[in-house]
Amino acid sequence: MDLTWMAWTWQTAAFFGLIAGLLCMMMVWEWISPGGGPRHGGLGLDTTRGDRLFISLLGSAYIHLGWLAFTDAPLWGGTVLSIVFAIAVFRWV
Amino acid sequence: MNKTWNNKAWFMVLPVLALVAFNAVIPLMTVVNYSVQETFGNNLFFFEGVKWYREVLASERFHASLLRQFLFTGLILLIEVPLGVAVALAMPRSGPWVSVCLVLMALPLLIPWNVVGAMWNIFALPDIGLLGHTINALGIDYNFTRQPLAAWFTVVLMDVWHWTSLVVLLAYAGLRSIPDAYYQAARIDGASRWSVFRFIQLPKMNRVLTIAILLRFMDSFMIYTEPFVLTGGGPGNATTFLSIDLVKAALGEFNLGIAAAMSIIYFLMTLLVCWVFYTLMTREEAQ
Repeated sequence: MDLTWMAWTWQTAAFFGLIAGLLCMMMVWEWISPGGGPRHGGLGLDTTRGDRLFISLLGSAYIHLGWLAFTDAPLWGGTVLSIVFAIAVFRWV
Repeated sequence: MNKTWNNKAWFMVLPVLALVAFNAVIPLMTVVNYSVQETFGNNLFFFEGVKWYREVLASERFHASLLRQFLFTGLILLIEVPLGVAVALAMPRSGPWVSVCLVLMALPLLIPWNVVGAMWNIFALPDIGLLGHTINALGIDYNFTRQPLAAWFTVVLMDVWHWTSLVVLLAYAGLRSIPDAYYQAARIDGASRWSVFRFIQLPKMNRVLTIAILLRFMDSFMIYTEPFVLTGGGPGNATTFLSIDLVKAALGEFNLGIAAAMSIIYFLMTLLVCWVFYTLMTREEAQ
């Protein structure tokens, strides 16, 4: 199958691989501990693990965009900030 | 109590998953791929990293079209939601006129977007259009092809004409679902018309209004066909909203990298607003 029209690069493949890996990990987590781990978090929201992953990913996208908009520093800084943000979301939200 | 987990039902979702993969996920992946590369046509791609994102985020053209987009969406919500609620409140609750009103309200929603744009283009022309000619006859200098303010007025008026009905129908459905007992209690308490609206009708319409606001936000934020047919984004760039700018970049200038980066940013903004509305709706439901 010719996929040249999709213009894959190893970087974007790694990005989508990471997302797919995270989803698989969530499935395994759900299999080990079913129910989604619902709780009333710090933001006053009722969230499950899936919600927390979604908030982390969406927040990370905005952190990266903000990083690109406001600094000239390498994007890894934004990635580190996003990981910290995701840990905070899974811990408190 | 031990719960039995049966996940076999998830297999029923597989056809939908396949459909979504083909019409949403794969195109989205392609856009992400394009957003990090320079394209020269004939499937020639060169990796550029996040260059296009930096360029778009620093671009004054992008800021201007984004500002216009937010202004347009804000105006649309400010006008259409209160107007839709007011019309729904004025509609009869029973009798033969209900069907007449509902059909009249549904009519604008049935007209295709490009037809609406073409219709309003002719309708608002200053020399031959009924609207344009009438406004000029009143002594007001109006020409939407030359004046940015007139172009904005026409685009907003067109959208209000086309989409307020949606808010009306949703608000009317919300009003009809209120049991009569609430109104009887209000009458016994001697509640004023305003109190009935404030403490009975508005809270009961809360859910449908949230849906109406979400739908109107989404539609107006992604509007393309109507203003494109009506003004083509002009005069100058006065009505070049984000979607029009995006198409100009992608198809007019063949800047696929920049257009793809703009698309991803656009998508993230829409996704954030949808999530906020979804969270608000589910929170209200839980309460």
